[in-house]
Amino acid sequence: MHKPEETKILNEKTIEENILTSRDYKYGFYTDIETDRIPKGLGEETVHLICDKKKEPDWMREWRLKAYRHWKTMTEPHWPNFKYGPIDYQAVSYYSAPRKARGGPQSIDQVDPELRKAFEKLGIPLGEQKRLTGVAVDAVFDSVSVGTTHQTELAKHGVIFCSMTEAIRNHADLVRKYMGSVVPYTDNFFAALNAAVFSDGSFCYIPQGVKCPLELSTYFRINAAESGQFERTLIVAEEGSYVSYLEGCTAPMRDENQLHAAVVELVAMNDAQIKYSTVQNWYSGDTEGRGGIYNFVTKRGKCLGRRSKISWTQVEAGAAITWKYPSCILQGDESVGEFYSVALTNNRMQADTGTKMIHIGKKTSSTIISKGISTGESNNNYRGMVKILPSADGARNFSQCDSMLVGNKCSANTFPYIEVRNSTAVMEHEASTSKISAEQVFYLKSRGLDMEEAVSLIINGFCKEVFKELPMEFAVEAVRLLEMKLEGSVG
Amino acid sequence: MFEIKNLHVKINDTEILKGIDLTVNTGEVHAIMGPTGSGKSTLAKVIAGDPAYEVTEGGIFYEVNFKKVNILDLEPEERAREGIFLAFQYPVELPGVGMSSFLRSAFNAVCRHHGAEEMDPIDFDEYLRKKMKLLDMDEKFIGRPVNVDFSGGEKKRNEILQMAILNPRFSVLDETDSGLDVDSMRVVADGVNRLKSKNNATLVITHYQRLLNYIVPDFVHVLVDGRIVRSSGKELALEVEDKGYDGLIKK
Repeated sequence: MHKPEETKILNEKTIEENILTSRDYKYGFYTDIETDRIPKGLGEETVHLICDKKKEPDWMREWRLKAYRHWKTMTEPHWPNFKYGPIDYQAVSYYSAPRKARGGPQSIDQVDPELRKAFEKLGIPLGEQKRLTGVAVDAVFDSVSVGTTHQTELAKHGVIFCSMTEAIRNHADLVRKYMGSVVPYTDNFFAALNAAVFSDGSFCYIPQGVKCPLELSTYFRINAAESGQFERTLIVAEEGSYVSYLEGCTAPMRDENQLHAAVVELVAMNDAQIKYSTVQNWYSGDTEGRGGIYNFVTKRGKCLGRRSKISWTQVEAGAAITWKYPSCILQGDESVGEFYSVALTNNRMQADTGTKMIHIGKKTSSTIISKGISTGESNNNYRGMVKILPSADGARNFSQCDSMLVGNKCSANTFPYIEVRNSTAVMEHEASTSKISAEQVFYLKSRGLDMEEAVSLIINGFCKEVFKELPMEFAVEAVRLLEMKLEGSVG
Repeated sequence: MFEIKNLHVKINDTEILKGIDLTVNTGEVHAIMGPTGSGKSTLAKVIAGDPAYEVTEGGIFYEVNFKKVNILDLEPEERAREGIFLAFQYPVELPGVGMSSFLRSAFNAVCRHHGAEEMDPIDFDEYLRKKMKLLDMDEKFIGRPVNVDFSGGEKKRNEILQMAILNPRFSVLDETDSGLDVDSMRVVADGVNRLKSKNNATLVITHYQRLLNYIVPDFVHVLVDGRIVRSSGKELALEVEDKGYDGLIKK
């Protein structure tokens, strides 16, 4: 019954047209490649099918099935400030992989040239010669990782960086120990769905005392139509280690909505530091709100050890819907959680994003800096929770939530939740809403800058505290991304 | 090089400027004096191209590439790139926008327009520090956001710093003396005087005569109720000081 079907949807000409119409979204192209995909629909047999394709051990299969059964008892959350039609979970193909990548990731030099070309076009060269210096990349195309660079070099330092498929096969003990330990499959509707059908993702393990010599990064690309992407990322940083991890994502322009439901789990032991940065640029739909990715993501880090630190930095500039709250569980005493976010919405985009900081250990501290920019007819919400448990003596939090409105058809909301159950806690919360004033624009124009340069300077100033947290190359990309998204929104 | 002809301007249906004529040649310094509400700042803003004002009649002519151009047809940024500069009376705050990136963006926008190579951050930093020294500005300004938490005097100094960096051909100083103590005024005026050359021209707008002790004009014009009522040499400023605007008009 489940025969892989081959898809050849677009010919060269329509690809050209697609690129031409994607002026403001240069990643909107489609790669015509033979795929191995399973039919649409979701049931226990889907879970089995994915396990079979990935030749997974029984423990994984059982965990997935438990997750699936739990998911069936849950309902889609509707508390976010969103408006969208019902999602038909049966109309999605839960596994779609480039045919030539079958059998799991190969050596990076054996990656299908077509795929390599696709990634090169996205600015992610995978070839031995052209690789990004200082950055190791795991390239995920639809449901599978197609290759990971710099693995040998990282192995010299004891760092494991590979696809989740490979990790389940080769590092089962670590995966079994930590997968679901931060985000259990019972956590929420989308986390349960992900646990049941996740098809790949990245795994990073940094051994004790090692400062990871390269930036690790995963690039997620959705290509196939009528499919979703469900990946899991797990990063474990042992005592005294450090890692900086980057994540980027894009998808073709389509009139249908596509589902992306990811789970990211981070674990930091004593004195370990994890810096996790995201530049999210999924296709966000057209000016009328047609198409775009539904981005329902659960990201959470556990500061398990004393003086451990987890820092989330995100630039959310794409997706039709963004539902995402990268959070920190501050369990170890004196552990530190940080959340730096820029969320930009334009056209009809909707974002409900923020963080949760759960203070458990003594003298734990957290910082939240959120910058929301709304343009067009979009809707941008910050939703954040700071929870101080009775055990968290001397906990501190600083939160700053700033919104900027560009134009007068957009909206911005801030929903801060603060729960303090220890009287020694120190909490600070600042919030502001601003607009780009005509005076500011005129001042900059009178110095020779055109409208777009003026607006981008003002916006970059607004986002500065977040951008300075990004690794250099990412910061440059983030600035360009915002400039592109803001083009024509002020006038 | 710069000529205003029969300029009428209104804002929100109120006519502010009622037929201004003014000719400025290269190498000259002109001063416009007038009481509060006479239209001095409106004139400054209209020259720079503030879209809040509507020009109903007349034109502003300026030499671009040896041709006379009505700058009312140009966007504010195009005027700036052609060398027209306004030192604002109330400079705007730009939160988070660092001084050096702001100044470099402006400088490079002008470079690009003239087909010159843009300056990289390291060279620009050196250039910027030189200009700051000229205005006796502390280097710590470089790291601050534009005009945010600047004192009145610091804001004015920052305007002249921008003038020094962009090296305009025609500068309008709108009440640059207001809010300045005597020492700051001397520093600012020194800066302006040092930027003066036979190839550029300056229009100083002021309520009081005192700035004109430091920036000595070749011509003084008195603006009252949207019209220039008197034009003469620098001695006119002293007459204003002596008789007041009321006394001058009654004469």
